[in-house]
Amino acid sequence: MVTILSSNGTAEIDGASADSEGLWVPARELPRTGWELRPEGACRGDLCVPIPRGREREFVRGEASGRMFNLTALAELRAQPVARSERGDVYAIGEPGDQRASVLRGGEAPDFALPDLAGRTHRLSDYRGQKVFLVSWASW
Amino acid sequence: MITVAFDSGGAEAVRPWIELAKPTHPALIDAEHLVSELYEMVNVPMAVWIDETGRIVRPAEPSGSSDGFRQMDRKTFALAPEIMAEYGRRAQVYKDALRDWVRRGPASEFALSADEVSARTRVPSDADARAHASFALGRHLAQHGRAQEAQACFAEAVKLAPENWSIRRQALWFESPEAPGGPKFWSAVDALGARPYYRPVRMRGLDES
Repeated sequence: MVTILSSNGTAEIDGASADSEGLWVPARELPRTGWELRPEGACRGDLCVPIPRGREREFVRGEASGRMFNLTALAELRAQPVARSERGDVYAIGEPGDQRASVLRGGEAPDFALPDLAGRTHRLSDYRGQKVFLVSWASW
Repeated sequence: MITVAFDSGGAEAVRPWIELAKPTHPALIDAEHLVSELYEMVNVPMAVWIDETGRIVRPAEPSGSSDGFRQMDRKTFALAPEIMAEYGRRAQVYKDALRDWVRRGPASEFALSADEVSARTRVPSDADARAHASFALGRHLAQHGRAQEAQACFAEAVKLAPENWSIRRQALWFESPEAPGGPKFWSAVDALGARPYYRPVRMRGLDES
C-alpha cells in the first residue's frame, strides 16, 4: 500500500508500484488522488492535462482493469513537487510553485476552507462583501 | 478579522489560547499550513488585507511585529522597557492604519494599488513549493510514529526554504513539543546575524517614512 498526500487529502492506494519511471497507480484508484483518466487526458475537476503525444507509454500501461497510471510522471509534467519517504511508501505531491505564484500575482485572494475549534468549516469566500484582515498566529 | 493558527497539533494545540481569548471573529486552525503556502505567510504574525471584492490590498507582511524580541533575556523572557515601548508604538501605528482602511476603503493611503500589491507580493519559488512537499511528508511521518524520518524531511524543507519560519518552528515543535522555542530556535535566530527575522513593514511610521 502506498499513501499519497496531495491537495486532495490523504489517499491510501492498494496495488500501486514504483519503478525507475515513477509511481504507477491503478487507474481505477486514481480518483482517490483527485485525478481521473478521460479521453482528453488526466483530469481533476475542470482541469485536464493532455498526455503528450508519443509519450503515452510513460504515463499509461496495461489494459482494462489492469490499467496503471504514472502519477509522478504527471507531477513532473505539471512541475508539481514530489517528496517520497525513504521506504517509498509515502508520497507528498504538492502544487506547482509557478501556479501559486501566478495566482498571487493576479491579486485575487486565493480561497481556502478551514475548521474552527468547534469543527465548523469556514471558507474565505463566505466573507465576500466584507473587508477581511487575515492574520496568522501559532501556539509554538 | 479572521485568525489562522499554523498549528499541526490541530485543535488540541490551539484550544487553550482560543478558549482564553474568547474571540468573536472566526479563529481557524490550519494544521497543514495551507494559508501559509497560499499567501506566502512565512512567519507569525503576518497579515493580508483583502477587500470586499476579494482583492488583496496589502500582501503578506509582518503585522507590525519587529525584531525587538531578539534582545530578549532568554531565561526570564524580559525585554528592556524601551523595546517594549517600541513594540507598543508599532502595534498602535499598524492598528491605526488598519482602522483607516476599514473606514475609508480604497481612499486609505494604506490600501495599495493593484500594481503596488503586485510589486510587493513575494511569490513562491520552485524551492518553496518543494519545501512544502517535504514538510507535508514530514508531518505525515511524524504523526505516524516515524520521527526520525520526519526530521530528515523537515531538514530538507528548511534547506529549501530557510526563510520560512512557520516550517522551521513547526519542525522544532514536532521535535520537542514542550519547548519549541528552546535553544535550537534561538541558535537559528542568532544565525541570521544582521539579516531580519521579520521582514521590514513598508508602512508609513513603521519601516518606511
